[in-house]
Amino acid sequence: MSAELLLFFVFAALAVLGAVSLIVQRHPIHSALSLIVVMVALAALYLLLGAEFIAAIQIIVYAGAIMVLFVFVIMVLNAGEEERTNLSRMARYVGVPLSILLTAQLAWWMMRATSGHSNGAPLHPTDTRGLARLLFSDFVFTFELTAILILVAMLGAVVLARRET
Amino acid sequence: MSNFVSQNPLLVVTVVKAAVVLIALLTAVAYLTWFERKAVAHIQSRLGPYFVGPHGLLQPLADGIKNIFKEDITPAGVYRFTYFLAPFLSLGLALTSIALIPFGPAEVEVFGVTTNLAIAEVNVGLLILFAITSLSVYGVALAGWSSNSKYPLLGALRSSAQMVSYELTLTLSVVGILLMTQTFNLREIIVHQAGHYWGFIPRWHFFAAPFPQVIGFLCFFTAAVAETNRAPFDLAEAETELVAGFHTEYASMKFAMFFIAEYAAMVTVSILASLLFFGGWLSPFPAEWGWTLYIPTFALGIGALLLFWDGARYPTLFGKILMPVLGLVLAGLAFASAQPGLIHVIHGPFWFLGKVFFFLFLYVWIRGTLPRLRYDQLMNFGWKVLLPVVTLNVLLTAVAILVFQK
Repeated sequence: MSAELLLFFVFAALAVLGAVSLIVQRHPIHSALSLIVVMVALAALYLLLGAEFIAAIQIIVYAGAIMVLFVFVIMVLNAGEEERTNLSRMARYVGVPLSILLTAQLAWWMMRATSGHSNGAPLHPTDTRGLARLLFSDFVFTFELTAILILVAMLGAVVLARRET
Repeated sequence: MSNFVSQNPLLVVTVVKAAVVLIALLTAVAYLTWFERKAVAHIQSRLGPYFVGPHGLLQPLADGIKNIFKEDITPAGVYRFTYFLAPFLSLGLALTSIALIPFGPAEVEVFGVTTNLAIAEVNVGLLILFAITSLSVYGVALAGWSSNSKYPLLGALRSSAQMVSYELTLTLSVVGILLMTQTFNLREIIVHQAGHYWGFIPRWHFFAAPFPQVIGFLCFFTAAVAETNRAPFDLAEAETELVAGFHTEYASMKFAMFFIAEYAAMVTVSILASLLFFGGWLSPFPAEWGWTLYIPTFALGIGALLLFWDGARYPTLFGKILMPVLGLVLAGLAFASAQPGLIHVIHGPFWFLGKVFFFLFLYVWIRGTLPRLRYDQLMNFGWKVLLPVVTLNVLLTAVAILVFQK
C-alpha cells in the first residue's frame, strides 16, 4: 500500500469519525470540535488530491472563521449539555428508512459516476492560477453575483440586529 | 539502520531538519523571555533578572526547572478533555507554522545530502501559514471555556472575537505583495525582492515600485501583534481586569506551553515580517559595495569586545569567566565571517537574524511603552480604521500595477 493511499484512509476515517461524533456528542462544544476535525480532515484530503489552494482556503474559511463563530456563540450562550430524547414515531418509521434509502442511492450513483472515467485525470485545474483564471473569466458573472448575495445577507443581518433600537 | 536511511532519504532528512529547527526555536524562545524581561525592565528603570547567572542569563533554565517541578493542579469542575487538549493545540500549532519558513536561498549539501533550507517547501506556503494561524484561536478559546471559571471565559471570548477581527486585516495586508509577486511561494516572494533601485535603494516590498507597501507593513504588524495576543492588544490576559485571562486555571507545564506558544508565534511573525516586507536574507546594500560584506565581522567584533569589557569588570567569578567565553565565541564568528570562503555563508543568516531580532525588539518595545487598549477601542480600531485602510492599500496597489506596469 502506498503512503498516499494510507494517508487517504487515515484522513477519510478521521472525517467519518468526526461526523459521527458530531451527532453523538451531547455537549455543543464537543460537537463543534468534531465538525472542525471533519473540516481539517477534508482539507487534508484536498491536499492529497493536489489541490493545495482549496485545502488552505477550506481551513481558513471553515475551520478558522465560520467554526470560530460557532464556538464563540456557544460560549456566549453558555449552552449546556443536551437532553437525549427517544426517537419520535415520525423519525423511527419514516426517517430511518428514508435515510437508508438516500445513502444507498448516493452510493449507487457514486459507483456509476466513478466507473465511467477511472483514469484519475483531474477534470478541472487545481492550481491557484488556473482556478483564478476560471473564476475571473468564464464564471466571473456567477462569482460576482455570489459576492453581492453575501453582501446583501450581511447587510440584512445588520439591519435585523439593529431593528429594536 | 544505514539501510533504512539510504532507502528513505527524504523522511530522514525532514525529521533531522524538524529536530534542528525545533531545538533552535525553543532555545530562541527561552532567551526571548529573558530578553523581554531585561528590555522591559530597563525601559521601566529596573534591572530585571540579575541573580541566576551573570546578567540573569540562566533565568530561562531556572524558570523551566521550576515549571517542570511545580505541582500540576487540575481544578475541580473543568471539562477534562478540552482542558488538556487546549495547551497541546496551542503549542502544536505555534510550532507547526515554523515548518513552512524558508531559511536560506539555495540548496545546501550537508554530509552528502542535498537539501533546501526549509522543512516543508509548499507552493502555497503563505496560505497554509495563514491557515495554521487561523486555527490557533481554538487553543485560547477552548482553554478559557473548559476552565469553567468566569475570568478565563471572559478572556477567551475577548480573544476569539479579537482574533477573528484582526485576521481579516492580517490576510488583506499581504494581498498587495501577492499582487506584485504573483505567487504564494515564500521563497519566490523573497527572490522577487532582490536588486536595487538607482544602485542603492533595495527592492524590498517596503520600498518597492509601483506602490511601496508601507501601509501594508504597518497594518500587517499591528494585526500580527493583535493575533499573537501581545500588548497593547493583550486583552485575553489583561491581568488588571481578568487575573490572568484564559490561562488563569492552568499551572505548571500546561501554563508554560501557552507561554512558549505565544513566544513561538512572536518569532514566526517576526520572521514573516522580515521575509515579506524586508527581503529576508537579502542584504540592504548592493553587491557592488564590497566593503558591506564585512559588516557582520565588524558587528560581531564590537559585540565580542563589549563582552570582554563586561567580563573584566563583572563582580562575580562566574561572570568573569562566562562573559569572556561568550566573547570568544563571537570573536571566533567574526574571524570566520572575514574568511573569503565563509563570507557569503555568514552574510545571509546575519541579515536574516538581524531583521528578525529587530522585529522582536519592536514587540518588546511596544509592550514596554504603550498602554493596553480598552475592548471597545480595540474593536473600533480593527473594524473602522485598520480594515478600510488595508482595503484601500489593496486597491491602490492594484491600480498602481495597472497604470505603471501595463
